[in-house]
Amino acid sequence: MAETARSPLAIYQAHLDKGELAYQWSPAAGRAVFYPRVVCPYSGNTELEWRISKGLGTVYATTVTHPVQGTPYNIVLVDCDEGFRLMSRVEEIDPMAVKIGMRVRFRVHPAEGEQPAYPVFVPAEGA
Amino acid sequence: MSGPDNRGLRRGGAAIVGAAESDLGHVAEGMNVIDLMAQGITRALADCGLALKDVDGLICATTQSRTSGLNLSEYLGISPAFIDTTIIGGSSFMFHVGHALAAIQLGLCNVAVIAYGSTQRSVGRRQASVREINPYETPYRPFLPSSAYALAASRHMFEFGTTREQMAAVAVAARQWALKNPVAWEKKPLSIDEVLGARMVSYPFTVRDICLVTDGGGAIVLTAPDRAKSLKKPPVYVLGHGQAITHANISSMPDLTVTGALASGKAAYAMAGLAAKDIDVVELYDAFTINTILFLEDLGFCPKGEGGRFVEGGRIAPGGSLPVNTNGGGLSYCHPGMYGLFLLIEAVRQLRGECGERQVKGAETAIAHGNGGVLSSQSTVILGTEATL
Repeated sequence: MAETARSPLAIYQAHLDKGELAYQWSPAAGRAVFYPRVVCPYSGNTELEWRISKGLGTVYATTVTHPVQGTPYNIVLVDCDEGFRLMSRVEEIDPMAVKIGMRVRFRVHPAEGEQPAYPVFVPAEGA
Repeated sequence: MSGPDNRGLRRGGAAIVGAAESDLGHVAEGMNVIDLMAQGITRALADCGLALKDVDGLICATTQSRTSGLNLSEYLGISPAFIDTTIIGGSSFMFHVGHALAAIQLGLCNVAVIAYGSTQRSVGRRQASVREINPYETPYRPFLPSSAYALAASRHMFEFGTTREQMAAVAVAARQWALKNPVAWEKKPLSIDEVLGARMVSYPFTVRDICLVTDGGGAIVLTAPDRAKSLKKPPVYVLGHGQAITHANISSMPDLTVTGALASGKAAYAMAGLAAKDIDVVELYDAFTINTILFLEDLGFCPKGEGGRFVEGGRIAPGGSLPVNTNGGGLSYCHPGMYGLFLLIEAVRQLRGECGERQVKGAETAIAHGNGGVLSSQSTVILGTEATL
């Protein structure tokens, strides 16, 4: 087998730097794979294709974390329409107003210091 | 009706003969996790009348010693024939019981100890359990494990109408049991309103929905049934064992309302030839109030989705119809980070009738269910007295 030239994380991150939410598609399993990896956990097959999400999803679970100091913030699990789930945050809304079943749209949270860019979501009513 | 499980483990193939806690709560300055494990082992051996020289199987887990099996062997001056340091979170010790059962059954060892130690209260959680970076979760600053269990709770509330008051009832019941346990950390009564009004940590959990942060450790001793009968205390037999791993990170858990306890419980019941209705004492890993509700459902004590309503009205509290977490649980008795071993210790004591004011009268069967990670690893142990063989 050929050596891995670029890690799954590096490819995922490069897409994010271009404003894209990338995920993997497993032809053998016929389903999306997330987080990106070197083998499909549903089939054991190492042939994984990269695809770009349309960026629409539904909130599957939600919580509001209250740090001892600082303002409370939201943490969600989002089910993207392509069939994969990821942890994220819904922004531009009161954290307690984020509800399960809410439709949300992806955007990039830009890199800050040591923290590379990462995906967040905003409410997408009617989407 | 029952027999070996699909891994060849034999019902009643080993018995727990000794059980003891180390010092708990806030231990003396300078005590380390190997000190606590050694203290637990020494006390558990004294409990059954065996000595260190009898121990040829050493099983242990801690987050604070990378090669704990080596360090503990050296400290105790033993060279164990069988050694296992599987560590997959708080359920590790239930997985260990399966390994000990297999090792004793195969003759890999004759006397196995399972030990645990933690000084997380003394040294701080951050030092006791170093957080791993996950590039797909860490940017969102989840307060782990609380945020992960809170996500599971949100889903349970959404799908089944479970309420914060119902979850608080779990904490209140645990506290009522703890008040009957002289070594429990918490000493004062707790009300549902006090749970709801406490400091919010990760909605819907206040600090009272979340387990304690204490030091602590302990050990149990297992051996074959024929040897067990000749020891000091009545043997407590391993009737059933099951385990399941479903994920590591909460974002990869297939369904946040159904845990691996469904599979581990099914396997354990099949091996034991018992069902939920046959269990007298229930010890469930209550790192968070939602855990008790999830495990009551997945282990068959009530239907899926009914756990919240099930725990209302003191049903699992002292005097209720189902005794659950009789030591006061991780919520009110002690929780040093990986709590599973304490569930086994309490189940053993209940089946021996040693529990004083909190004793469940006539208890012949007990279930000790361990949970690890963020609902990630589940393992169920069913224990019984001589009468259940």
